[in-house]
Amino acid sequence: MNNTEKIAELRHFLARYDLPQDRPPLPLGDSQADAVLGGGLRPGALHEVFAGNWSAGGFAVALAILAAKSKPLFWVRPDYEAMEYGAVSPNGLAELGGDPRQLILVRTRNAAEALSATADILACPHAGALLLELNGMPKCLDLVASRRLAFAANESGVTAVMLREGAETEPSAALTRWQVSSAPSRADDDDWGNPVFDAALVRHRTGGLGHFLLTWNPEHAAFDTADTGAVVAAPAHRPAYPQEQRRAV
Amino acid sequence: MPRLPTDRLTRKSKGAPFKAPLIVSGKSGNALHVHALDLRAQRLGLYKGQPLANARAMVQPLTIVPADEKADAMLLDGIADWSDRFTPLVTLDTPDGLFLDITGAAHLFGGEAAMLAHVTGLIAKQGFVVRGAIAGTSLAAHALARFAPSIVPARGEAQAVAPLPITALECGDKILRALRHAGLKNIGMVAERLRSELSERLGKAFVTRLKVMLGAEEQPLSPRRALPDLMAEQRFAEPIVTQDAIAASLFSLAQSLSEILEREGRSARVLEAVFFRADGKVDRIAIKTGEPLRDPKIIMRLLNQKLDALADPLDPGFGFDLVRLEALLAEETKPGTISFDHDENARRQIAFLVDRLSVRFGEHRVQRFIPQDTHIPEAAGIAIPAQDRDFAPGNWVLKRQPGDPPRRPLRLLQKPEEVSAMASVPDGPPMRFRWRQCLHEVARAEGPERVAMEWWRSTGLARDYFRVETETGQRFWLYRDGPYGGLAPRWYVQGLFA
Repeated sequence: MNNTEKIAELRHFLARYDLPQDRPPLPLGDSQADAVLGGGLRPGALHEVFAGNWSAGGFAVALAILAAKSKPLFWVRPDYEAMEYGAVSPNGLAELGGDPRQLILVRTRNAAEALSATADILACPHAGALLLELNGMPKCLDLVASRRLAFAANESGVTAVMLREGAETEPSAALTRWQVSSAPSRADDDDWGNPVFDAALVRHRTGGLGHFLLTWNPEHAAFDTADTGAVVAAPAHRPAYPQEQRRAV
Repeated sequence: MPRLPTDRLTRKSKGAPFKAPLIVSGKSGNALHVHALDLRAQRLGLYKGQPLANARAMVQPLTIVPADEKADAMLLDGIADWSDRFTPLVTLDTPDGLFLDITGAAHLFGGEAAMLAHVTGLIAKQGFVVRGAIAGTSLAAHALARFAPSIVPARGEAQAVAPLPITALECGDKILRALRHAGLKNIGMVAERLRSELSERLGKAFVTRLKVMLGAEEQPLSPRRALPDLMAEQRFAEPIVTQDAIAASLFSLAQSLSEILEREGRSARVLEAVFFRADGKVDRIAIKTGEPLRDPKIIMRLLNQKLDALADPLDPGFGFDLVRLEALLAEETKPGTISFDHDENARRQIAFLVDRLSVRFGEHRVQRFIPQDTHIPEAAGIAIPAQDRDFAPGNWVLKRQPGDPPRRPLRLLQKPEEVSAMASVPDGPPMRFRWRQCLHEVARAEGPERVAMEWWRSTGLARDYFRVETETGQRFWLYRDGPYGGLAPRWYVQGLFA
């Protein structure tokens, strides 16, 4: 083996380094998004949802519902979240297609406690999914902390969704990062439609990026392809489609 | 402890004893009287209940300190805590005594006499004047401890209390006067009277009291704390101080408790570790679990977690001389809980996870929801501790029809927030509204959906709810106070949809 080969192998190894194991992906339901994600959302990994506005919470919950299936869904939120963004409504979760009986809410005093609760939950392979809601940029959530979460999720196979509200993007060990805000729903004359999310996949460690309009269908607990007829306008601050496929960090 | 208040002061002023006889003054009505006094003051002829002015006139100088009943009660409570080491059944005999139910405990200390000497000796060493008696009923022991400290053999109460004066009955001035009037000077004389006669003259309650005093009837003590169902304890001749020693002791206790539980076919739901410090302080650490426990390793893990989470860590001071692990609530282990079924295993793992989280953050911070039969949105689901197994999961009724979009918001604001809204017609939905400094243009609105307040719950106005989507696709749940009585309608945001 000559040096070039060695280096190529090492490069390949590094590119795969601390990526989650291959587990059968969870299809989102939207064919475009699933194609970019390589079949769907990867279970046993950390996914970040950065909120563009209020609706992003619904998107994160939708991902968690999708990942939890019929297993317990742990929702960890510091008290501040409830004051700012309202209390979790079990009825609302049911209306979104989740099962309130499977919901376990962990209220913590601060972000540091939330992270430590998260570590415990991710260590239990029988949990279905974890939704961690954090506001702002807590100091304790650094690269090491997010690495730890990603690692624990990978070990146990529990899917972790981290909802970041009022936060700037910062380096993390998440497998995917979504930038989400609301989009007008496809309403007909006598009813408003299912919720529509303007979801941009802005970071994806094992594949391409994309920008999608996703409609959540509570009946099937999955996304439909949104078909508003209009093409999503590319947001000014980021390209609609990636110029190049990025790999690893 | 007849001199509890003065002993407390003397203990506190350690090193600088009071120069003059000490008196604690109490207030009854507007008059000051002697509430407690030390031995020197008593020798000078002062007595409890004496008007303070008289005492002052009789003895000069006097040290007079106002009574602090709260501090006395706290001290008594502390002594009661400390006494838990002798028997789990300790009752306060306010204001200055304690009952210890030593049934079945005396042999551990070498018999009743040895135990009494041991207990009173330890209390006296702490600087208290103490008198103790052992009798078959609490009242007899109470009276004897005050008038003739002794140990009464089984069924000897009647004989032992007979010579005591009738004041020992502590039955109120009125009855006392009546007894004196009848020429009865001690309890023996009262006891000789016919019960029916006494009952007629002095009331049934008095006769019951007399019977208890004479040992003819029992009066149960109500313990200060719930009695543990099962417990294991370890005494140390040399108090233990180091973390390692404490952990080792806890683990061996967990093992013995688990053996006891195993033998009884029970599992613990509430556990308490009690640490008795050599200087009398008692620390208690309780853990509550959703899943019945028996495995010592799991017990240890939960205890350690709780110890780590303590706001002020366990302080061994000069060391613990007794550590006890109590199963405050132990329930029958249902046959079939041990199962190799995958689902059952998963359920138990989740329950254990919930227990750990509850121990760490408090049971009220780990919650699940149960549905409520009400149409008031904010009351439709209540959060209960996830450990609590007494509630069925319940059925959640969907508001939406199959295939419909969500009808209820995912998040409810803790308090509906008032917004300034503009509606096109008085009864119609808002066209735009300003909430938290942001102006939202309404693209579509659905409603009104009228929700009347339940009259047995509150007297609020009926609310007209609108589901509102803004131009950017954000969805809000707004309501308007019903337009009644000429009030201008007010708009509130209550919830946020996905």
